[in-house]
Amino acid sequence: MQKIKSSLPNMVGVLVGFSLLIGVILASVNQITEGPIKIKQEQTLAAGIKTVMQCQQISVAAPLEVTDTIDGKLSSFVIHACAGATGERLGAAVESSTNAFGGELKVLVGFDTNGHILGYTILASSETPGLGAKVDQWFQKDGKGNIIGKNPKGGSLTVSKDGGDVDAITASTITSRAFLKAINQAYRAYMKIDWAHEKVCFEPTNQ
Amino acid sequence: MSNIKILLNGLIKENPIFVLFLGMCPTLATTTSAINGLSMGLATMTVLICTNFVISCIKKVTPDMVRIPVFIVVIAAFVTILQMFMSAYAPDSVNKALGIYIPLIVVNCIILGRAESFACKNTPLTSIFDAIGIGLGFTLGLTLLGSVRELLGSGSLFGLRMLPETTNILLFVLPPGAFLTLGYLVAIFNKIRTSK
Repeated sequence: MQKIKSSLPNMVGVLVGFSLLIGVILASVNQITEGPIKIKQEQTLAAGIKTVMQCQQISVAAPLEVTDTIDGKLSSFVIHACAGATGERLGAAVESSTNAFGGELKVLVGFDTNGHILGYTILASSETPGLGAKVDQWFQKDGKGNIIGKNPKGGSLTVSKDGGDVDAITASTITSRAFLKAINQAYRAYMKIDWAHEKVCFEPTNQ
Repeated sequence: MSNIKILLNGLIKENPIFVLFLGMCPTLATTTSAINGLSMGLATMTVLICTNFVISCIKKVTPDMVRIPVFIVVIAAFVTILQMFMSAYAPDSVNKALGIYIPLIVVNCIILGRAESFACKNTPLTSIFDAIGIGLGFTLGLTLLGSVRELLGSGSLFGLRMLPETTNILLFVLPPGAFLTLGYLVAIFNKIRTSK
């Protein structure tokens, strides 16, 4: 077969043809993967909520959205109120994100009804491996900068370099500051809700 | 040239990292640990095999003057498909480590470079062999670079602790360490290659 010539109709035809063909392929792949991706995201979130609330038998209410002004900009927080197996209030898991060293740092943090930190997990981060990426372990209960059980009520959590009582990750102060900022603003958003009057309806999770 | 020779050609004689100096951006940016380097290399190889094959198949119906846009559309399509499948079926840990690098494959000059210099002149089968060779060479380079940086910078290898934390040299995990390590590895690789 002879290679086709670079005439205008040929070029336009080939470009349009390829774009259409690839558009169709991408659309069909999207159709296949859309469902699994959504299910996976929901599962990750459900597992994350269980981890941060330190409870396996849990009912999660439909997420509430709270907006707050952070550094002059409006930020929104998604709050998942949680109840235990017998229906008692456990507190809530809050999604919060900040800008850290490598980009967005998205944290899911669990608070009990008094605002004590129950646990946290990192939903998304692009921190440096070996340094800032340690954030997923460092502030846990057996980590060096343990924040579990602390309550930001008495004042924001800050790293020891800034006069606080949380040990920052070695050589990753920026990540540590960003992480604590995410926790502090999550706490503020959580406290904005009037839990006594807010109507929340709990549904048991099946996963 | 036999297919085996084409394969070895990409691995050693025309190693994309150490000899051709192609794809330096992902090379320097993603090799902070051995596992990141390895995964990035494998992801690039997957895309390269698909694009080399398809481009070699469509070379006759692509007018010369618009070949680059056509190639880029094909490459971008495969990268997008890979990304969709990965976020749907790959384990979370792999997704977390590679998520931000996958779209970068579109602009990786190795892919377009091989399309231009090999796939559009050769048969689909030899193009696949070329892609495997170059892909393995790239993976080898990235894994080597990632291993050295991880070992010196974080004292571990593939996440396993090898050296005590006190011997860690942070510089190697940070960008300057990437340039230093690459420089030394290129020197060593070429010394061995030319002495043969």
